[in-house]
Amino acid sequence: MSSWLFLIPLLPLAAAVINFILGRWFLQHASQWLATLAVAGSFILSIPVFLEIVSDEQAISQHLYTWIPAGDFDIPVTLFVDQLTATMLLVVTGVGLLVHIYSIGYMHGDPGVYRFFSYLPLFVFSMLMLVMANNFLVLFVFWEAVGLCSFLLIGFWYRRRSAASAAKKAFIVNRVGDFGFGIGILLIFVTYGTIEYAGVFDMVGDASQTTITVIALLLFTGAIGKSAQLPLFVWLPDAMEGPTPVSALIHAATMVTAGIFVLARAYPIVSQSADAMMAISIVGAATAFVAATIAVTQYDIKKVVAYSTVSQLGFMAFAIGTGAWVAAIFHLVTHAFFKGLLFLGAGSVIHGMHEEQDMRKMGGLKKYMPVTYWTFLIGAAANAGIIPLAGFWSKDEIILGAWLYDHTIIMVVAFITAFFTSLYMFRAVFMTFHGEERFDPDKVHPHESPKVMTLPLVVLAVFAATIGFIGFPPEDGWFHHFLDPVFPGMPHPDVAWSTIIIFASISTVIALSGLFIQYMAYVKKSISPAGIAGLLGPLYKLAANRWYLDEIYDVLIVRPLVAFSMFLWRFVDTQVIDGTVNGVATLVMFTSQQWRKAQTGLIANYVFAIALGAIIIIGAFMIFGSNLFQ
Amino acid sequence: MDSLPILSLMTYSPLVGALIILFWVNAPANAVRWIALIAASVSLVFSLIMLAMFDRSDSGMQLVETFRWLPDVGIEYYLGVDGISVPLVILTTMLVVIAILASWDAIQHRVREYMIVMLLLATGMIGVFVSLNLFLFYIFWEVVLIPMALMIGIWGSANRIYAAVKFFLYTLAGSLLMLVAIVATYQSYFEQTGERTLSVLQLSQGDYGTNFQMWVFLAFFFAFAIKIPLWPFHTWLPDAHVEAPTAGSVLLAGVLLKMGGYGLMRFNLPMFPDAAEAFAPLIIVLSVIAIIYGALVALVQTDLKKLIAYSSVSHMGFVTLGIFAFNAQGMYGAMIVMISHGLVTGALFLLVGVVYHRAHTRAIEKFGGLATNMPIYASFFGLFMFASLGLPGLSGFVGEFLAILAAFREYQLAGIISMAVVVLSAWYMMWMFQRVVWQRAPGEPPDHDDPELKLTGDEAPPKVAGGSGDHHHEDVDPRTLSDVNAKEILTLLPLAILTIWIGVHPGPFMELMQPALEALLEPFGGSGF
Repeated sequence: MSSWLFLIPLLPLAAAVINFILGRWFLQHASQWLATLAVAGSFILSIPVFLEIVSDEQAISQHLYTWIPAGDFDIPVTLFVDQLTATMLLVVTGVGLLVHIYSIGYMHGDPGVYRFFSYLPLFVFSMLMLVMANNFLVLFVFWEAVGLCSFLLIGFWYRRRSAASAAKKAFIVNRVGDFGFGIGILLIFVTYGTIEYAGVFDMVGDASQTTITVIALLLFTGAIGKSAQLPLFVWLPDAMEGPTPVSALIHAATMVTAGIFVLARAYPIVSQSADAMMAISIVGAATAFVAATIAVTQYDIKKVVAYSTVSQLGFMAFAIGTGAWVAAIFHLVTHAFFKGLLFLGAGSVIHGMHEEQDMRKMGGLKKYMPVTYWTFLIGAAANAGIIPLAGFWSKDEIILGAWLYDHTIIMVVAFITAFFTSLYMFRAVFMTFHGEERFDPDKVHPHESPKVMTLPLVVLAVFAATIGFIGFPPEDGWFHHFLDPVFPGMPHPDVAWSTIIIFASISTVIALSGLFIQYMAYVKKSISPAGIAGLLGPLYKLAANRWYLDEIYDVLIVRPLVAFSMFLWRFVDTQVIDGTVNGVATLVMFTSQQWRKAQTGLIANYVFAIALGAIIIIGAFMIFGSNLFQ
Repeated sequence: MDSLPILSLMTYSPLVGALIILFWVNAPANAVRWIALIAASVSLVFSLIMLAMFDRSDSGMQLVETFRWLPDVGIEYYLGVDGISVPLVILTTMLVVIAILASWDAIQHRVREYMIVMLLLATGMIGVFVSLNLFLFYIFWEVVLIPMALMIGIWGSANRIYAAVKFFLYTLAGSLLMLVAIVATYQSYFEQTGERTLSVLQLSQGDYGTNFQMWVFLAFFFAFAIKIPLWPFHTWLPDAHVEAPTAGSVLLAGVLLKMGGYGLMRFNLPMFPDAAEAFAPLIIVLSVIAIIYGALVALVQTDLKKLIAYSSVSHMGFVTLGIFAFNAQGMYGAMIVMISHGLVTGALFLLVGVVYHRAHTRAIEKFGGLATNMPIYASFFGLFMFASLGLPGLSGFVGEFLAILAAFREYQLAGIISMAVVVLSAWYMMWMFQRVVWQRAPGEPPDHDDPELKLTGDEAPPKVAGGSGDHHHEDVDPRTLSDVNAKEILTLLPLAILTIWIGVHPGPFMELMQPALEALLEPFGGSGF
């Protein structure tokens, strides 16, 4: 079986290359079928791989070639599939396939459709290689490659200044994280003499505790960028400039979870450092909370879902920090389905509303787009943690984990964030689909999306509703046993049913209270959101302005750095260095000019000079060369 | 195989072309172009034959040609190649062909003289990489200098005389110091052994006192540091690049800068290993400054060529960073950075040349939205932008990552600081890309579906895109520029293929260099192999 493992990433790569080269002149809209079929092929091939891992419980691998043979730094490209990778394979190809199908409808008529269906399978290829790498450097290669695809797809409508800026911002901010990630790889190599997972993980204990902590934190730095944690999450909301299917696949379901994946992959390192785990849990919890507060204040439907993604990624991060490893991956999987669903649903709304994204100009859409409404509702409820949908099980387990592993403060933050989650999710549902119609009925005629778009919504909704049961009962589900070999030595706390029920009850009460408040606010109109915003005053302003992070970066980093660069160029380069060089030239010139004055052209002057010279020479000879004066 | 002097054939076939053009006084311009192209292609073919004949397992000099010239003073005609010079020679022969193609339409004025200068330059550059006698090396080194200065001074743009003189004096200052150092080394070796020689291989066997090594090392180093150019000897480069014609910039960035890195590896390290180790920390510091400084200054450039010129300072910093880390990864890194920079920066200058030829400006603010009417151009631009900013899978990453790793092993802080370039290079390249290739032409209003149109009040940007708004009527509208033609694609495609190949599968290239690099590192402990 491992002999054709390479086909799984190769199919989308081939589609991407063919579409890119031939798309503009030959394939045009045919490119969408090629891309979709290729990803479908990857998905179909991933199923037997997954089943083999389930039955044999053995990791499989396939060596392809040696990438960099630089002395003792010898880097192979080897595909590697274990339980964690197999899970990711299904998520990436499965959600990827649905997004491809959906995009056929969503991108219909766009003149750049061939580019879209080149970049999208390229992303699937890169993401598959990222999860199938067997060493940190190849992981890093595709970590950057997914960043490339993200750049190309955010900037897909490159003529828009906002899209071009967002694409650039996403790449650069990610690179800030990669700076740390890259150093982490260097440190791993210098410490262990190899960067292959197997070799490194066998020797983790050989390094000092400090080194292990530093490595874990550096890897986490990469995750902060890619998985949009504080303080680097600013790129993700801007990334919504890309076409909506891109947001669903890359900026919700798969790429942004790469950071979480890396931390899970590096479990043998990260779990050895209590300090690093603590840092991860604090950053994760803070991210979850901050992003949730921002989400409540947004009016752009995509921005709400985007901040929600940041918040959920925070949940995953602090789950890892608190030691709830399986719960983190569990949430990653459920989140891929319900958040992919929410984005595609938002896309369907935008499509049906003629590119309108502002929820203040929506309302009452339920009757115009019933499929979108019901699927979006399922996604929102799953995200808000309404029992028994997928998000409930995974989120509840994360919160339970925080309690089990004695992180009480984090647990409290998580409960508060869960409340905010319910608030922003149902606010979006009610503002968009319920209440009065706030659009201009003469100009906008809302309509349901075509089947090619609603079909993926329905499939995702089924998963968003049911996928949670792979993790049932909590801490002891099928998924937990399946992932066990990935996290060797992880504790298996026995959880009493009473504890589970208590936590489930609290979660449910919180989620339902959010639902109730928003129902009162946006459907019954008995609570005034504006009144509450006014009551909170500066706190509301802080959240509505995204905690001023962009402004802070601009003032503290971007402007000073540009000013410093100007100083280097205008002063150091032009004045100091070039000044010195030109100064030497000027000095030579000046000296020559002075000597030039001797060349008067008057014979008498020359005769005088010759005579003077003769006298000096003869005089000097008489003084020093002869004994005349001695 | 001894009978075929392949290296000489390769070196002088451009010169033969130059002589033909010289004596065919009334040659029509097109004939001149074809002669130049054929002569350069012949040289390229010979270099590929050289590659085929090259034994990859041998660390010594191969395809050696010697001819007694002035034996009494140790001057002989002595050519040979090893794993360090072979890739650089092929890079040179290839870039010369590309440079001639790139000049085909761009140069309409004094075509004969231009092609003579170009071919002389080619012979000089190849000669530098294959000479093993210091006298011969010095001749070729100077032969390179004059045609390049002429090319900038005659076929350059507005401020060309200043740039040509600056280039000439800067490099001449370095050359003269090198000349003094050559004589000193020659004399010292004679005093040690009683033998008069200028052969690099023999001189490398000499045992020079530490104090002597220091001074002579510095003299050589100064010449090579100016060529690389290492901070703070770099200020000739932006002027030279900006004023040079496109092909001149391609060869300047693609080949001339490599002569510096090559010189360090061929002369400084083997001849003066003690001095090399003593000066290593200082050179590492200068390299790290160059890497960061070049990137920062590139960030604020308004002229496309100047931006790429400063990015060259940053990239070439990795060459010295890698060499003076004295381990396997560093040497590989330095070599691959040199090759990659030759391909990528050469291609970027070609790309700037394409729009300069059409719009007669290099100001970033005059462009915008090129992707709309120049899709193939935009694809190439994107590819080389990503190669330049070190995207893994393209050639730049392999070299720079290895150089950073090498530095990190020996000087942790140097590795960490130079890693910061991943952020800065993305910043300056993408900002430029955004303004030139993406977005819209200066003054062009947003499209009907652009969300910008919905913004109101303070959020709304000025209604025209890009630029400062001072759009002059004499400017060429970027919307009217035509996409790259077949000839331009022909110049870009080989560079693109090699960039991807080295990025995806650098193994064959590294195996070619391995024995020579291993031998080079031997006096330094050879760590990392």
